[in-house]
Amino acid sequence: MDTMVLLFALFVLSLFLGVELITKVPPTLHTPLMSGTNAISGITLVGAVLAAGDNAQSWLVHALGFIAVFAATLNVVGGYLVTNRMLAMFKRK
Amino acid sequence: MTDNWVEFVYLLAAVLFVLGIKALTRPKTAARGNLLSAVGMLLAVVVTLLDRDIVRYEYIAAGMIAGGLAGAVFALRVRMTAMPQMVALLNGCGGGASLGLAAASHLITTASAGYGSGPSVAVLFVTATVLIGAVTLSGSLVAFAKLQELISGQPIGFAGMKFLNATLFAAALAAGAMLYADPGNTSLFWGLIALAAVLGVTLVLPIGGADMPVVIALLNSYSGIAAASAGFIMENTVLIVAGSLVGASGIILTQIMCKAMNRSLTNVLFGVMAPGGAAMDADAVYAGKVKSAQAEEIAMILETARRVVIVPGFGMAMSQAQHAVRELMDVLEARGTEVEFAIHPVAGRMPGHMNVLLAEAEVPYDKLVEMDRINPTFEQTDVAIVIGANDVTNPMAREDKGSPIYGMPILNVDKARTVVVVKRSLGSGFAGLPNPLFAMDNCLMVFGDGKKAVIDITTALNAA
Repeated sequence: MDTMVLLFALFVLSLFLGVELITKVPPTLHTPLMSGTNAISGITLVGAVLAAGDNAQSWLVHALGFIAVFAATLNVVGGYLVTNRMLAMFKRK
Repeated sequence: MTDNWVEFVYLLAAVLFVLGIKALTRPKTAARGNLLSAVGMLLAVVVTLLDRDIVRYEYIAAGMIAGGLAGAVFALRVRMTAMPQMVALLNGCGGGASLGLAAASHLITTASAGYGSGPSVAVLFVTATVLIGAVTLSGSLVAFAKLQELISGQPIGFAGMKFLNATLFAAALAAGAMLYADPGNTSLFWGLIALAAVLGVTLVLPIGGADMPVVIALLNSYSGIAAASAGFIMENTVLIVAGSLVGASGIILTQIMCKAMNRSLTNVLFGVMAPGGAAMDADAVYAGKVKSAQAEEIAMILETARRVVIVPGFGMAMSQAQHAVRELMDVLEARGTEVEFAIHPVAGRMPGHMNVLLAEAEVPYDKLVEMDRINPTFEQTDVAIVIGANDVTNPMAREDKGSPIYGMPILNVDKARTVVVVKRSLGSGFAGLPNPLFAMDNCLMVFGDGKKAVIDITTALNAA
């Protein structure tokens, strides 16, 4: 239970940090902000990799693991690349 | 590699995410911030791949190659006008990944040792992740279909939809509670996923096109919260930190969007707009008062203008007019006219959509002015050119207390000396209301395709 309490504290503090950070982002960058944070939410890839790499006997677990890794990688790669494409346009001037 | 090592690398990744978002506060440093955040992601993934708990790599490799290719193709080929759909799809992937990972992890645990003796908190987080993840996945797919116009953008549903949603939500919670008591019950587990997936569909279907910016922002938040919740299942710190940062970001954007429409979140999600009274008859508002003009006439007015403000809306995106608009700006500036753009927070279909389109057309971002800052300047503006925007310029929002959009902040274009509205027809916007602006004395309508109209005006101005 101790770990859970610590993790919960981490969760709450990160939420506050997130609010502080995001309120300072100007409206002009709100679309890249969405796609960029979207890419960050692809961090589930870390968990997905652990689930997909398990030595389970069930094909279902493998299928779910594969789907999770696929979706998370798409999220990460697609999110960062498209954000980069947009931000390059803002940098030009 | 010891566990402590892994935790330190996760901490480093989390710090890079924070620095990355911080750099997004300025357009100049934003691209670097995105890179920092990507490096953080790479570190976190690489260190996880080295984990000794991973015994087989074939499913990981297959998923990464397929997902990476699909993501790269989408990201490099998507048109800037289609960004809202792209973000909806990415949100769905985030939710789907959390769902898949929670389900796999749950099946692994129940098939082996189980959750230990007695009820376990971990099961509650499995329920939460599966619920939020499935709602995000199916809800985002519906949002995607609406934005891509695979299905109608109009609200779809029936009067009792709220009650259906409430029932589905209650049933999902009940299934979660039963799962807590009996974690090994797999059919219950699949039932929970099915309920949540249906709930995602029935939640988003009744939401209309105008409210899409709110829905996308909200689903963005859900995808983050699902990731954080998955972090509790795996007891993984970087998932929790990154997930909550994204969750917070989505919540803030949702609030900004709601405020810009003067509506509460509950009203967007469950309410319909108040029905307009008899005074809303479009013919009565427009009858005999609407003046239409040709490109040449507009060019003549622009010739003597000293300050012009351009107001882009979703119509500009629809007709891909952003490059034409920029040429008009160049011609005007070459004649010594001051040009600025007025950006309403909900112009377009997602937060900041207009800014990205204009950045694509190489309009400098310091020319894009927020609503609160540009509104006081309309009185000193000779010509305001509205391109494909409607509801965000409707003076009823300011003046008519009985109007359903009363109180919504608008761009005060009607205060400019002349207002030019480029529009296909007198058709109403998302709010379904007539716009008295079009009937005002200082308003000229240019009917037709946005891009063509802007090019015609630019050509006529060049010839003058």
